[in-house]
Amino acid sequence: MSSGFFSQYGGEIATLTVEHLWLTGAAMIFAAAIAIPAGVGLTRAPRWAKPVIGIANILQTIPSLAMFGFLLPVPWLGERAARIAILALAAYALLPILRNTYAGIRGIDASVIEVARAIGLSDAQRLFKIELPLAAPFILAGLRTATVTCIGIATIAAAVGAGGLGELIFRGVASVDNRLVLAGAIPAALLALLADGALGLLERRFKVPA
Amino acid sequence: MSAEIEFRNVSYATQQGRVLLDDISFALEAGTTTAVLGRSGSGKTTLLRTVNRMVEPTDGEVLVHGKPNVDADLITLRRSIGYVIQETGLFPHFTVERNVGVVLEVEGRPREQRVRRSKELLAAVGLDPEIFAHRYPHQLSGGQRQRVGLARALAAEPRILLMDEPFGALDPLTRSEMQDMLRDLLRRLHTTVLLVTHDLDEALYLGDRIALLGAGRLITHVAPDEFTTSREPEVEAYFRAFHRGDHRAKGVQPV
Repeated sequence: MSSGFFSQYGGEIATLTVEHLWLTGAAMIFAAAIAIPAGVGLTRAPRWAKPVIGIANILQTIPSLAMFGFLLPVPWLGERAARIAILALAAYALLPILRNTYAGIRGIDASVIEVARAIGLSDAQRLFKIELPLAAPFILAGLRTATVTCIGIATIAAAVGAGGLGELIFRGVASVDNRLVLAGAIPAALLALLADGALGLLERRFKVPA
Repeated sequence: MSAEIEFRNVSYATQQGRVLLDDISFALEAGTTTAVLGRSGSGKTTLLRTVNRMVEPTDGEVLVHGKPNVDADLITLRRSIGYVIQETGLFPHFTVERNVGVVLEVEGRPREQRVRRSKELLAAVGLDPEIFAHRYPHQLSGGQRQRVGLARALAAEPRILLMDEPFGALDPLTRSEMQDMLRDLLRRLHTTVLLVTHDLDEALYLGDRIALLGAGRLITHVAPDEFTTSREPEVEAYFRAFHRGDHRAKGVQPV
């Protein structure tokens, strides 16, 4: 790519990268705010785990382009493409976060939970002092999988006009300009790698040697 | 002397109807250690767990400090009873010091007090606080972990200590060191102890009273010397099971 290309598109790439990050970040926060409490809830009522995780699983199987399309005619959502994008991305992020929160807490050594109850920790103390810190590496791993997947899927959000790096890719495809396709794809891939690395580091920080 | 713990016609059956405890009644005098013996599945652990309401009896009641334990606030009851188990259940993400002080922490006591108490207790169970306070459980040996578990159980100065096979996973030498340490400690503290064990020697060494359970029933509840001379078939069977290698020991005639 020539320097002319960058002087022409550099600013746009930067803006779209920020937009891409915002879409994905907002979706992750939204998804985590639902999936982490839901995962904790399932550990308290394990008979619901299978059906609820099953629903999250089905959401994941919906092809992304179809998902964006389905949401387009929904009243309040349809007004702003970003709303559709964030909701759809959050739907994809639910499963890994939910599943890992549930499995992370259920996987804690039974004797640790037993003692936490037996020495008189309240339910909230047990959750915040014992269960969540010990499950944190798993929850973060779920968040990491979700983030990396969603950074990829977010490129398709441009199809409904939500912006992000997908815009350059779609424009590149339409005008048969591979430079534009790459200008969208490379930053998206870098974002995914960066998020993967950063969340991986965080995950390791929380890991407790057995 | 007064009863610190009293089992009154305690029975427990699972939801499937399996009877784990069958009409058990006996009392633990304040400041004494009662060792509960019995086969695996005889109900020892279930009985121990009725004291801090980890198990709620399906019939009968358990009196703690003279009052039915169901009348006490659950959290307060549990914080007032020390709890030690074979697997230790140390919190792997807490330092040794924080593990020991955790009951004080959840009670909201100030940090300096917790640190001071942790240090005292670590020393009391034979661990140098300078060396061990800032270690994590995975950096300790089995015996050291068990010492930390005991220190944690004693931190809030409970009048009752429940111990479920605390030394069951340790080698015989470490186990005997732990038994000595515990005996010295208990002599000073005047704590009432319910000790579940498989080990007859441990029961005789530490117990002021011995209770033998079989299939959920209390077979006998006596002082150690009465236990050793008992003609009760279940007690004799228990003894025989423990002394099968004795004739190999030096100077002992085969029986």
